[in-house]
Amino acid sequence: MITRIKDLFTDFDLPRLLIVAFLSTLLVLAFFLGLPVLGLLTDMLNRLGMFGVLVLAMVPAIVAGVGLNFGLPLGILCGLIGGLVSIELDLSGGWAFAAAIAVAVPLATLVGLGYGWLLNRVKGSEMMVATYVGFAGVSLMCIGWIMLPFRSLEMVWPIGKGLRVTIALSGRYERVLNDFWDFTIGDPGSSTGALTIPTGLLLFFGAMCLLMWLFLRSRMGIQMKTVGDNPKFAVTSGMNVNRGRMIGTILSTVLAAVGILAFNQGFGFIQLYTAPMFMGFTAVAAILIGGATVKKASISNAIIGTFLFQGLLVVSLPVANQIMQGGNLAEISRIIISNGIILYALSQVGGGE
Amino acid sequence: MQNQKNDKKELDIDLLEISEVVKKFLVANMVTMVFAILGIVGFMFSGLSLPFFVSELLIRMTRNSFLVLALIIPVLAGMGLNFAIVLGAMAGQVAVIAVTHWEIPGVWGLLLCMALSVPLALVFGYLTGKLLNKTKGKEMIASLILAFFANGIYQLFFLVLLGGVIPMQNEVMILSGGVGLRVSINLATSIKDAADHIWRLSLPWSALSFSALTVMYVGIRRYLNRAKKMEERTIRKHLVYVALVSILALWSLYIMNTDSMFNNIRIPIVTVIAIIVVCIFTTFILKTKLGQDLKTVGQDRHIATASGIDANRIRIIAIIISTILAAWGQIFFLQKMGILLTYGAHAQVGLFAVAALLIGGASVSKATIGQAILGVVLFHTIFIVSPLAGKNIFGDAQLGEFFRAFVAYGVVGLSLAMHAWGKQIQAGNSLKS
Repeated sequence: MITRIKDLFTDFDLPRLLIVAFLSTLLVLAFFLGLPVLGLLTDMLNRLGMFGVLVLAMVPAIVAGVGLNFGLPLGILCGLIGGLVSIELDLSGGWAFAAAIAVAVPLATLVGLGYGWLLNRVKGSEMMVATYVGFAGVSLMCIGWIMLPFRSLEMVWPIGKGLRVTIALSGRYERVLNDFWDFTIGDPGSSTGALTIPTGLLLFFGAMCLLMWLFLRSRMGIQMKTVGDNPKFAVTSGMNVNRGRMIGTILSTVLAAVGILAFNQGFGFIQLYTAPMFMGFTAVAAILIGGATVKKASISNAIIGTFLFQGLLVVSLPVANQIMQGGNLAEISRIIISNGIILYALSQVGGGE
Repeated sequence: MQNQKNDKKELDIDLLEISEVVKKFLVANMVTMVFAILGIVGFMFSGLSLPFFVSELLIRMTRNSFLVLALIIPVLAGMGLNFAIVLGAMAGQVAVIAVTHWEIPGVWGLLLCMALSVPLALVFGYLTGKLLNKTKGKEMIASLILAFFANGIYQLFFLVLLGGVIPMQNEVMILSGGVGLRVSINLATSIKDAADHIWRLSLPWSALSFSALTVMYVGIRRYLNRAKKMEERTIRKHLVYVALVSILALWSLYIMNTDSMFNNIRIPIVTVIAIIVVCIFTTFILKTKLGQDLKTVGQDRHIATASGIDANRIRIIAIIISTILAAWGQIFFLQKMGILLTYGAHAQVGLFAVAALLIGGASVSKATIGQAILGVVLFHTIFIVSPLAGKNIFGDAQLGEFFRAFVAYGVVGLSLAMHAWGKQIQAGNSLKS
């Protein structure tokens, strides 16, 4: 156990140390600026649970050797369709959330199948192809959101054609996970705020991580890992490389679909049209911050990365607003940090001969 | 009798050959053909009049070709599609912002912009080249992410630091809070139409002069090469050129004597000349020693290194040229627009230029000037007609707009995938043999 923890810290190379230092500085600053630190911590936990599954979706793709899955929006779109169908069926509460997942998962499996087929044909250029297939998918579904025959008045524009840009989930499955068994420590009225633990959300995220952990130790999971680690060795030992990559891609797509539903329920809204465009980048950045590389990733990378990256976003916004008037410093730092970490990871792959 | 039979046989073989050639041509130019058809169908459904469409297309061609041409050299150097021309566009915009702040109008403002953007583009291009040398084989995704990253730095500089940490006094350009530039900046006091308004000719006259120049070019080429026996292909190409421009000339002469709307279209000659100069520059540089090295590096980096070429240096030079051209391209683009969207004008530059080049028939490893120009024509045809066509077909202009975004992203994805797939099949074949 102790060596495991030690490993965890030796894994922390320069960019991660910088991020940890930056985040701690921000937290200390927040405390001295009189911001509700416990409230911020609550937000951080919420965002960890909400965004965690989307970041976890990176793990199977990287482990299977497909690389950073910039095509995450494809899975996200499936999740969104599931969420919309659940509202169209007029469901609410936990059942609505379950129905959304039940619709989204088979859909994502199908899309993942096609996506995996494509990625198996473009080995070596997966990231670029995936990015643009994702972008194209999002803009194609922009047309889809206008044309699809959804009728529910909560979702369509009162006048004109098509679905709204944001659809409120209040009365449907807003915060069904967040508010499940949640409890509060401390006094919400105090200067530091109160810490609310979103038990259901964290349990859901934990369950997903556990499932992934179990899968990676199953026969299929080990095969997938071998394929990703060393395709040549996998071929000589009679494994089907394309099959392993296919499984990784499908799993990643399915997790993306589930992940966006978990995100939406916590956020309280479904965002359509161009909103999913850059979610893939955010997830990629998060797992890289957690210590993954283009070729190696673990569940702990996903958890640590989500916590650090989302934590940074949560804390930087109020602190930036306190320090500097005007400008959109929080959004700008998100752009710089997330793309900076991706560039760093790409430059570490080698090829600098 | 015997003769007739032979003739028939030959004819059959000819037909077979022709169908084979046509088939090859269609397969090789599939993307371009599809977009040509899409463009024509879209135009028919858009209900636009031809003169209006041509005028709109010419505006976009003179505005955007420059940026697409900036992509060619990195492609030939084997670095793929340089999405980081966004950095070049930023360099251009920094210069435009400075010149607008100093209120230097007209041609001098434009020239100053171009001069100012060069050192910036040099630095940006050098850094981009350094990064792309560290990410060999993943240049495109790296240049794409770099463009996003640079956009963050750009925003940090102009939205947060300028006016605050970096002092600047300008009530027109700075936000009312005193920090950060406004979202849109009017260029009327600086470079608006600086190049376009120097000299403009009506479309028929421009077409006529273009025809005359082309005939002169062909004549001079033939005169200079009169001693050498020219290749069959070159002769055929020249004949086609002359035939095409003759038709164009006849058409212009006809239009001149009518009161057609085409007579009202004005061509900004100086901008067109600038574009032609870039074309000539690109052709010229590929014939120099540097250009040969560049192509060698593009074909095979290891062979290039083995024959004593510093591949990394050549790659950096290619990116620097591309970045400078992009900076100038963006300056020309902005003088035409007359307004600078401070935080948006550069964002889509890479995507649109790359999509145009690919639609013109280029790929990750091959690009020509002709493909760039053809691509601009086809891509912007789709851009002009799709909102109206969308409205007329589906009753919703927004659909057309989404469709053209889909087209831009889709064509990049598709052609990257097809290129990678082709490479994989090739690698598989070479393994088998």
